[in-house]
Amino acid sequence: MIDRRLIQHFDWVLLGLTLSLVAVGLLTLYSAVNAGPDIAHVTGPLYLKQAYWFAIGATLMVGMFLFNYKWLNRWAFAIYAFSVALLVAVAFVGKEVSGSQRWLVAGPWSFQPSELVKISVIIVLARYYSECASEDGLTLKDLWKPLIWTLIPFVLIAKQPDLGTGLVVLLIAGSVTLFVKIERQSLILLSAAGVAGSLVAWFFLLQDYQRERILVFLNPDRDPLGAGYHVKQSIIAIGSGTLLGKGFLKGTQNALSFLPEQHTDFIFSVLAEEWGFLGSAVVVAVYVLIVIWGLNVAMRSKEPFGTILAVGVSSMIFWQAVINVGMALGLLPVVGVTLPLISYGGSSLAAIMLGIGILMNISMRRFMFKA
Amino acid sequence: MDYTYLKTVDDRWYRQRLSATLLWVLAVFLILVARLCYLQIIKGSDYRRKSENNCVRVHSIAPFRGLIYDRDGVLLVDNRPSFNVSVVLEDAKNPKAIVTKLAELLDLPPETLLETLDKTKGWPSFKPLLLKRDLDRDAVAVVEAHRLNLPGIVISVEPMRHYIEAELASHLIGYLGEISEKQLASDRFPHNRRGDFIGKFGVEKAYESFFHGEPGTKQVQVNALGQVTGVLETKEAVSGENVYLTLDVALQSKTEATLAGKAGAAVAIEPSSGHILAIVSSPAFDPNVFVEGLTFDAWKQLSTNEFRPMENKAVQGQYAPGSTYKIVTAMAGLEEGIINKNTAYYCPGHYRYGNRTFRCWKRSGHGAVNVTEALAQSCDVFFFRVGEQLGVDRLARYAEGCGLGTATGIKLDNEAAGLVPNSVWKLKKKGVPWQGGETLSVAIGQGFDLVTPLQMVCLVAAVANGGTRYRPLVVERIETVDGAVVQVGEPEVVGRLPASKKTLQILKRGLVNAVNTPSGTGWNARITGVTVAGKTGTVQVVAMKGDHEKSSHNHKPRRFRDHAWFVAFAPAEQPRIAVAVLVEHGGHGASEAGPIAREMIRTYLGKRYD
Repeated sequence: MIDRRLIQHFDWVLLGLTLSLVAVGLLTLYSAVNAGPDIAHVTGPLYLKQAYWFAIGATLMVGMFLFNYKWLNRWAFAIYAFSVALLVAVAFVGKEVSGSQRWLVAGPWSFQPSELVKISVIIVLARYYSECASEDGLTLKDLWKPLIWTLIPFVLIAKQPDLGTGLVVLLIAGSVTLFVKIERQSLILLSAAGVAGSLVAWFFLLQDYQRERILVFLNPDRDPLGAGYHVKQSIIAIGSGTLLGKGFLKGTQNALSFLPEQHTDFIFSVLAEEWGFLGSAVVVAVYVLIVIWGLNVAMRSKEPFGTILAVGVSSMIFWQAVINVGMALGLLPVVGVTLPLISYGGSSLAAIMLGIGILMNISMRRFMFKA
Repeated sequence: MDYTYLKTVDDRWYRQRLSATLLWVLAVFLILVARLCYLQIIKGSDYRRKSENNCVRVHSIAPFRGLIYDRDGVLLVDNRPSFNVSVVLEDAKNPKAIVTKLAELLDLPPETLLETLDKTKGWPSFKPLLLKRDLDRDAVAVVEAHRLNLPGIVISVEPMRHYIEAELASHLIGYLGEISEKQLASDRFPHNRRGDFIGKFGVEKAYESFFHGEPGTKQVQVNALGQVTGVLETKEAVSGENVYLTLDVALQSKTEATLAGKAGAAVAIEPSSGHILAIVSSPAFDPNVFVEGLTFDAWKQLSTNEFRPMENKAVQGQYAPGSTYKIVTAMAGLEEGIINKNTAYYCPGHYRYGNRTFRCWKRSGHGAVNVTEALAQSCDVFFFRVGEQLGVDRLARYAEGCGLGTATGIKLDNEAAGLVPNSVWKLKKKGVPWQGGETLSVAIGQGFDLVTPLQMVCLVAAVANGGTRYRPLVVERIETVDGAVVQVGEPEVVGRLPASKKTLQILKRGLVNAVNTPSGTGWNARITGVTVAGKTGTVQVVAMKGDHEKSSHNHKPRRFRDHAWFVAFAPAEQPRIAVAVLVEHGGHGASEAGPIAREMIRTYLGKRYD
């Protein structure tokens, strides 16, 4: 099965970009965990655990590009059904940590099926759209199936509750769908229906406390001791990094202990404080490069399934990076979304590396389909 | 499947869409970089200053730990204010000098406070670091008076656990201790931070998740001295939930008083529900010392005391059951058809087995006795003969059916399972086969058997209520501060005794006669006007030997004296309480444990029976 051409076409650029982000992640994690006693409940060699997960992620990545990705097309629905079944299992036997039930536990390892679902939604949509895309765009009749495929995992994830990951699933599905193009009239109709639906829900369906929660979610200043406070501290931490930063492990400045999730959601603040504008801009640039590279892979693929698949994976990395960084910078509301390849979190790391493996797969096999 | 482009969409079309996407991606990232540039380069020095001079502090507000009541709502455990002194390193400028000054003012050796400073390297400089808990009022006044000379020193008021009656039910209620690093590292205590107190033993530990509540936060502004100049925002703490025990405080204190000065345990249970009415382990300890700060010496004294005050003997203590075990032997004999209620054996005072002679406790013998009389007078020879015919393995099956040899599942720490020996166990454990003579010892509870007082009270409660075995319960209900019921301790049936109604009737008659006939061994425990049913037990601590003299009790060293047992329930017709009493090295069950059981029953059923 291993063809010499496969090795010639191996995507070294993508591998290099990925490894550089993982390395930055481990360093920042080391620093974040060494920050202070406030996170005693997550101590232990967190960066080591993350390194183990990296090994698992790397194995998944390699496993993902060894076989031809057309198998993903063939098995799309099985993969989708399997990952949704895991989500259902989480609802029943999942482990609860501080109020949300997101984890499946197997021995010493626990992982979040919601991370896997992101990939499987991309695969199933890529298969569907690659068969029914047309230059006129998709009509409402074409869209109801993908809508259901997206909403099932979204509802399951939102109920855990994990609004951040749920939102990412919606954004990925939306991006892929818009990329494939929706027919103009249908788009107008859908938008109108969406707006009307939200209004009805807001005024008639939601309870007062739910409305309040959404308001806090949109405007953290309504809860200045919770999310709002942390955003303020995050901005101070990032700003205080100035051009060159305070230096590795020197960012123990207040900010670290002020941040509640400095090893997951707010890891960018730690990074920006210690490495300054230079460091954080370089990291943002690497994300830009990965996303552009992903779109490049999409462009070079000679058949629509590969193109759409690559766009989907790129959009996953794009949205997570933008939401996480935007949140740390105070541009977006605080939702729990991890920074791809950098945040602590085994499932997230493994899922992103799985995605990168898919991109590599498409990239390596672009020559196999001469049009 | 055909992997070339479909006719409807061509390569160029996808290229167009991808270019548009690329523009969108670049635009969004440009916004992020612009924002980074704004925060770090244009406003960077402002934020650098802010981060160095952060004048906003977050103080956490400790929640009130849930209270503990008895079944009638008598308050047993609450919280009292404790004045704690802490230092905010950032505001203290020179923390070592300030802390030394503080120590002088408080008349404390400065080393202890300085040690706290050293031990917490890397503590965030804006967070109060606790130096000493529970200052007395004079000390608080002194610190307040010198405030201006003590920048960074803050005094806070926090709730501290207070065990109102000190030693009352201390083994049941338990105690608190500082959360350990390992516990912090686990996911089980998401609300806790270093220095918090959590339940470490007893109900305090078992129901920790109900007690702890949720801490609140206070965002305050401080001046250059670290003194609070204004409160910006407050999020109130949520109090923990209140726990109502199944305990009857009057009975509990009476029982503790009667056991005072002895080492032992007593448990009382409601036969119809499994509710624990009293659970005493003597000697007890004062849980207040654990929150006030236990010195190493004090801990050493507690943990090396030969009477083991830290052990809950009622659930952790394992003892040979002595003659109380005859209830099981009688049950097995009746159920297996080896005896019926009329079967009588002659007791000459001893029994010859092989070439050994087994003595009855009554040297002169009981004459011919049937099962009721044998139970009442605790005739050993009768049960030697029943045991011999049963064999150890059949007897063991009944003991297991009565709940012996397994933990009862009470929600208290380190419950012992006891031991029910059989031939397989002996061969595996000791490497030698079972000896027939050992069955005789087991039949009267003097062999390898081990039971806990809790197991015995559960057994006798089941005999009392007609055979239903309940899991012993210590919590009656749990309520929020507003009185909403969160959890109710519903009686839980775990099984039935392996005995018919008829068998239980016969056993009951034996137990009633033990207390209510002058020749019964439990005569000491009788109460006028109430039919008490009971069984004595005297456990020889040194191995049974032919030559050992019962009368020499008081001349023997304490550790060789017999353990005294008494199990009972009352009123026999409609049982409302079952008890088990064990006095370590107390001597005779009848004279030492019996009167304690009697006092317990009398206290619970009320004085009108006097």
